[in-house]
Amino acid sequence: MAERPSAHTVRRAFERRTKTSYTKHPQGVAIVDKINPHWVYNVRPTKLQRDNMNKKLYSAALALMLAVPTGVMAKTLIYCSEGSPEGFDAALYTAGTTFDASSRTIYNKLVEFDRGTTTIVPGLAESWSVSDDGLVYTFNLRKGVKFHTTEYFTPTRDFNADDVVFSFDRQLNKEHAWNQYTAGTSWEYFNGMSMPDLLTSIEKVDDYTVKFNLVRPEAPMIANLGMDFASILSAEYADQLAAADKKEDINQMPVGTGPFKFQAYQKDAVIRYLAHDDYWAGRASIDNLIFAITTEPAVRHQKLLAGECHFNPYPQPADLDSIKADSSLTLLQQEGLNVGYLAYNTLIAPFDNVNVRKALNMAMNKQAILDAVFQGAGKAAKNPIPPTIWSYNDAIVDDPYDPVAARKLLDDAGVKDLKMKIWAMPVQRPYNPDARRMAEVIQADFKEVGVEVEIVSFEWGEYLKRSKDKDRDGAVLLGWTGDNGDPDNFLAVLLGCDAVGGSNRAQWCYQPFEDLIQAAKTESDPAKRTALYEQAQVVFKEQAPWATIAHSVVSKAMRKEVTGYKIDPFGGHVFYGVDISN
Amino acid sequence: MFKFLLRRIGLLIPTFIGVTIASFAFIRMLPGDPVLLMAGERGLTPERHAQLLEQFGFDRPMWQQYLDYLTGILHGDLGTSLITKKPVFDEFFTLFPATVELSVCAMIFAVGLGIPAGIIAAVKRGTSVDHIVMGTALVGFSMPIFWWGLLMIVFFSGILGWTPVSGRISLLFYFDQSTGFMLIDSYLSGQKGAFKSALSHLILPTIVLGTIPLAVIARQTRSAMLEVLSEDYVRTARAKGLSNFRVVGVHALRNALIPVITTIGLQVGVLLAGAILTETIFSWPGIGKWMVDSIFRRDYPSVQGGLLMIAGIVMMVNLIVDVLYGLINPRIRHVV
Repeated sequence: MAERPSAHTVRRAFERRTKTSYTKHPQGVAIVDKINPHWVYNVRPTKLQRDNMNKKLYSAALALMLAVPTGVMAKTLIYCSEGSPEGFDAALYTAGTTFDASSRTIYNKLVEFDRGTTTIVPGLAESWSVSDDGLVYTFNLRKGVKFHTTEYFTPTRDFNADDVVFSFDRQLNKEHAWNQYTAGTSWEYFNGMSMPDLLTSIEKVDDYTVKFNLVRPEAPMIANLGMDFASILSAEYADQLAAADKKEDINQMPVGTGPFKFQAYQKDAVIRYLAHDDYWAGRASIDNLIFAITTEPAVRHQKLLAGECHFNPYPQPADLDSIKADSSLTLLQQEGLNVGYLAYNTLIAPFDNVNVRKALNMAMNKQAILDAVFQGAGKAAKNPIPPTIWSYNDAIVDDPYDPVAARKLLDDAGVKDLKMKIWAMPVQRPYNPDARRMAEVIQADFKEVGVEVEIVSFEWGEYLKRSKDKDRDGAVLLGWTGDNGDPDNFLAVLLGCDAVGGSNRAQWCYQPFEDLIQAAKTESDPAKRTALYEQAQVVFKEQAPWATIAHSVVSKAMRKEVTGYKIDPFGGHVFYGVDISN
Repeated sequence: MFKFLLRRIGLLIPTFIGVTIASFAFIRMLPGDPVLLMAGERGLTPERHAQLLEQFGFDRPMWQQYLDYLTGILHGDLGTSLITKKPVFDEFFTLFPATVELSVCAMIFAVGLGIPAGIIAAVKRGTSVDHIVMGTALVGFSMPIFWWGLLMIVFFSGILGWTPVSGRISLLFYFDQSTGFMLIDSYLSGQKGAFKSALSHLILPTIVLGTIPLAVIARQTRSAMLEVLSEDYVRTARAKGLSNFRVVGVHALRNALIPVITTIGLQVGVLLAGAILTETIFSWPGIGKWMVDSIFRRDYPSVQGGLLMIAGIVMMVNLIVDVLYGLINPRIRHVV
């Protein structure tokens, strides 16, 4: 039997035949020039691509792959991201696309959400405790956590309490040297979650202990600290930048403790990351993570099919069947952490009458909406919070679709020849992929019960602004995607009395409901909180300030080689824990 | 000549001021508040809204905002993007080479195929060749870029697997981009296969962007050639016994090219407009895509800065063309 050639022999043969050279990557990972990208990704090319290759070249490379242990091949995962990040300092922004590229790759938070769930697990804080009065949160920090060593920064110390204080204080304290480090710094999420009203100070107790002092007890506090704005940055790196008068670079050349370190960003084209070798939770399985920015959905699909990327975060509903049928692809689906709704203006007659709202809800054929608008990628909503969130009350029965009963209810309420407006959003959202079409379906349904609907729309900024008006004419189609997996983030933000004239588009302030959610907000016992929120959902259903329409079903398409991916209920994309198999 | 040049430059000043006003006013005329768009569904309290407007300076009177903008321009500062927080000037010049590279390739493609196609159609006037060429040109002219781009991707990249789907180069290659022109940078990188990869990524976007100018140039060349071919001097040339190639290729083409060159100049605007869609389809990181994103986000500094830069470049090109005309044809110098 012929002896198997050594790796060296095969490599030289390959170089001679292909007139290429076998080189060493700067990171110490062997790569081969002038070969199909698939070999570098450690992925077997598709049949079509194999046919298109030079057969000699392919066989030589295949021999090389067999001869060289696969461990030396860099594992590269290419993610076809849907847009460009606005920057890399997550606390400055609110967009998921930016978080995917920053807080979910480069940074860690004190607490993290267990991958694929809304469960909170320790992150950079190993443990924490809450004082009896609920006003002081003490975090014990993890030791031995390394910041990224990059071309532009070499850390001289491990992560400690200074980094935590820096990361929050710059957002909280208006006098902080980093509070306005770049033009128009606004810490939008930190403010949006009312943190300035909640926190009095963040104190360093010792190098590995930090205290957060609160104004009032706030049960969702820990969940808030798992959010993207709570990413922990390096205070040492910040000092280095401040000394060099280059503060803006913290938003362009980030340094964190996360599983991937930033390598390069070419605007609107590609972001490159390398695995963080000293990652405290263990090195990532993939060596290189590349975001190939591809805004056009149809093009993303083609790139996935052609093997130019491994992952398509937002496949189009029309492509789902072909993805399922393709043996080289995997489709994962899960209900999203969102809700799409139609909010009546409960301050204006006749929508101040609960029976009118109930009647309209009964006139609405949700199944027709799901078929027409979501094309199977949606689930009818009966509660104002999605089923993936804890305290979801599954015992609630949805209003039946019953036009006859609806018409009777309207007649009983003395409402005849009702004319109303329905506002249709001008943009696509996961919770409402086509608001215009949705409005048309509702228009047809309401006509059945004698209600005439006029559909109106505005430019998105105007839409958001005008829909908040207390004297707004008409019912508004809108929705919400959860931030931290806490029911408070839906119920208080969207239906609380404080939010009337703001994000409470139904302008609905109902004291029994308000009492329940306020009690839940300050209650620290999870079982009691759950009971309160379940009861709040019962009150919501009875009062019907919205027609709850749908929760989207989130779909993620990837190549078969990608393993270990879990859908993030918050809508993000997390690649730590993901691997590429042969 | 010096006086002519001064007059032309003098004319640029009011044009430039007009452009600054137009670019400033254009984005503000669109409905939508940049601060509200940044907040999205999450919304803002009225106090926070007012605070942010003040922070960005949008609460001040328009004329004051405009004067600040103008002062900034005169100091070479186009402002900072509301979204990325980076200087608009830097963002523009990071992306501009990609657009130039694509547009130049598309123009070479359009001219290289359009002129010969027009000549052939004119010479073979009335034959099936003429009908095929002109019919194809009409189809090309009517082709919606977006649909055409997707069709090309599905066919050449999806079904045949001949070309990459999108991007500027295979992600396998990673090197410093000193010029921003991928063909040049990939060549300079010395990495084997990089130049070829960059070239292959240019094929589809070049064809898609170049299709409409190609059709226009082909049709213009044909009609100009037909006119020239019926001139007396062409008949004389034929009577002299010159070869058909020489008559058409040298004597007729030279004169026919004058209106064609004017058309080519006008196609630069078409290319820039087409680049917006082409760049979006092919994930091509150029200024077209950047401008569209900036408009959607109501990123005032980026939109007004980008418009000003584009207008400035067009003005410079026009100035150079005018000066060249003046050099070639002295009569023009006295017309202005």
